[in-house]
Amino acid sequence: MTSVLYDAPGPKAKRRNVIFSVVFFVLLALLLWWVWQVMDDKGQLRWALWKPFTTSEAWTTYLLPGLANTLKAAALSMVIALPLGAVLGIARMSDHRWVRVPAGAVVEFFRAIPVLLLMLFANEFYVRYIEIPSASRPLYAVVTGLVLYNASVLAEVVRAGILSLPKGQTEAAQAIGLRKGQTMSSILLPQAVTAMLPAIVSQLVVIVKDTALGGVMLGFTELLSERSTLAANYANVIPSFIVVAVIFIVLNFILTSFASWLEGRLRRSKRSTGAVLGAEEVDELNAAEIGTPRGTKAADGT
Amino acid sequence: MRCGPTRTAPYPTFATHPEAREIVFDFLSDYDDPSLLGAFWVTVQLTFLSAVGSLIWGTLLAAMRVSPVPLMRGFGAAYVNIVRNIPLTVIIVFTSLGLADIFGVALGAPDDFEVKYFRLAVLGLVAYTAAFVCEAIRSGINTVPVGQAEAARAIGLSFSQVLRLIVLPQAFRSVIGPLANVLIALTKNTTVAATIGVAEAALLMKEMIENEAQVLLIGAIFAFGFIVLTLPTGLFLGWLSKRLAVKR
Repeated sequence: MTSVLYDAPGPKAKRRNVIFSVVFFVLLALLLWWVWQVMDDKGQLRWALWKPFTTSEAWTTYLLPGLANTLKAAALSMVIALPLGAVLGIARMSDHRWVRVPAGAVVEFFRAIPVLLLMLFANEFYVRYIEIPSASRPLYAVVTGLVLYNASVLAEVVRAGILSLPKGQTEAAQAIGLRKGQTMSSILLPQAVTAMLPAIVSQLVVIVKDTALGGVMLGFTELLSERSTLAANYANVIPSFIVVAVIFIVLNFILTSFASWLEGRLRRSKRSTGAVLGAEEVDELNAAEIGTPRGTKAADGT
Repeated sequence: MRCGPTRTAPYPTFATHPEAREIVFDFLSDYDDPSLLGAFWVTVQLTFLSAVGSLIWGTLLAAMRVSPVPLMRGFGAAYVNIVRNIPLTVIIVFTSLGLADIFGVALGAPDDFEVKYFRLAVLGLVAYTAAFVCEAIRSGINTVPVGQAEAARAIGLSFSQVLRLIVLPQAFRSVIGPLANVLIALTKNTTVAATIGVAEAALLMKEMIENEAQVLLIGAIFAFGFIVLTLPTGLFLGWLSKRLAVKR
């Protein structure tokens, strides 16, 4: 194979590649052997520690309720953050300075702050000023933190989605006499929502991962904190970590694959304008990149 | 006893009541291990060390992912896809409960818990962030058109000349923007180190906000701290990436 970095290998390069493969394989094998050895030493490989995962009790008492809470918090956050983000994103593109500037300030502020700070603040705010039963307070605090952060990220997704549409769409809408509001609601938004779908699904991965923070810091009983309850019961630290990690990997892998399938479908689709926001754009928006114009990259793709 | 702004009504402003400044910010002097600045200094240290570490490990991973050796390519791809899909919190908590407690990894400080957990947090952050660094660098290499290397070979440049003079200079320039994003995300992610008790900004905020009356003020102080940390980085690296961008 040829890439920008190297040519198709000749006989010498092929031999060298084989040597590299063997050396790398030995290094990997040594690392795995060490891990296996330590786990064997500490008794983490004993079947008794793994057996709970084959019974229904470990799943129905700990893991599944934890997973359900993780998904509940993630779904609630997404459902609340999406309309909020749409409003903020559209407000940020307003022609009126007094709408545009505050919306921009809110978006940049919440994107620049770690989500953990938002969760801690929300939790304490609820403790002092709003009466919420203490059992459900962690859920409220986690969702509040996630909503504040993700609404501002989604606001940028919405904005980038609208900017990614070809300019001809706005011009055609104006030519047939639609007003600004009509152009937005019946021409731009419907197309932008389609273009944004992969980005929204990718953002769900970020939300699912961030729920774990609430588990450790606020006592929200999601998957990771259920793991510690489970490990306290069966004394299976490593096995429980591996199982929980695998659950997260599978869940997020499904979401990521779904997002890239959507992205590919939208890019190939003949009916759409071809404008689409993918996972890469989401990575960019999550980092609160300040100082470079956003959405230009997506616009180049059209 | 300390009193918040809620006790004196109508609210004094610092202009009319210069002494109010001392009353409102008085509680900050009660925290000296770590102090406010000390906690943010730990955040900065976490960010810097993890950034250096993940840049090295991420570059190695990216090199593996684009290498001609299939096994290395497979390892790089597997590492990135696995690590990116695990929550950072799981990784950081694992460094403490798994690596330290079961595998006995002490990173040269078995007795000094403060140093040990700090280093474990850096290790976790490096392992996690490297996956994103790797993807940023790989996408940077992919932005260089194959025609560039082909043209370079056509005029008789050797392999190392192609890399040194043609491919890498273009790849590095397009990587600065994405890497700046990773760095800013890393700065925010250092707060996750609070989950294993590293005394950085988020942990101090948790302690303060639970014990003091000035909830809003504390929130504002810490938010401001992070904005101060991320804003200049974003502005500078954004400016740099625009300046160095390869026009195509």
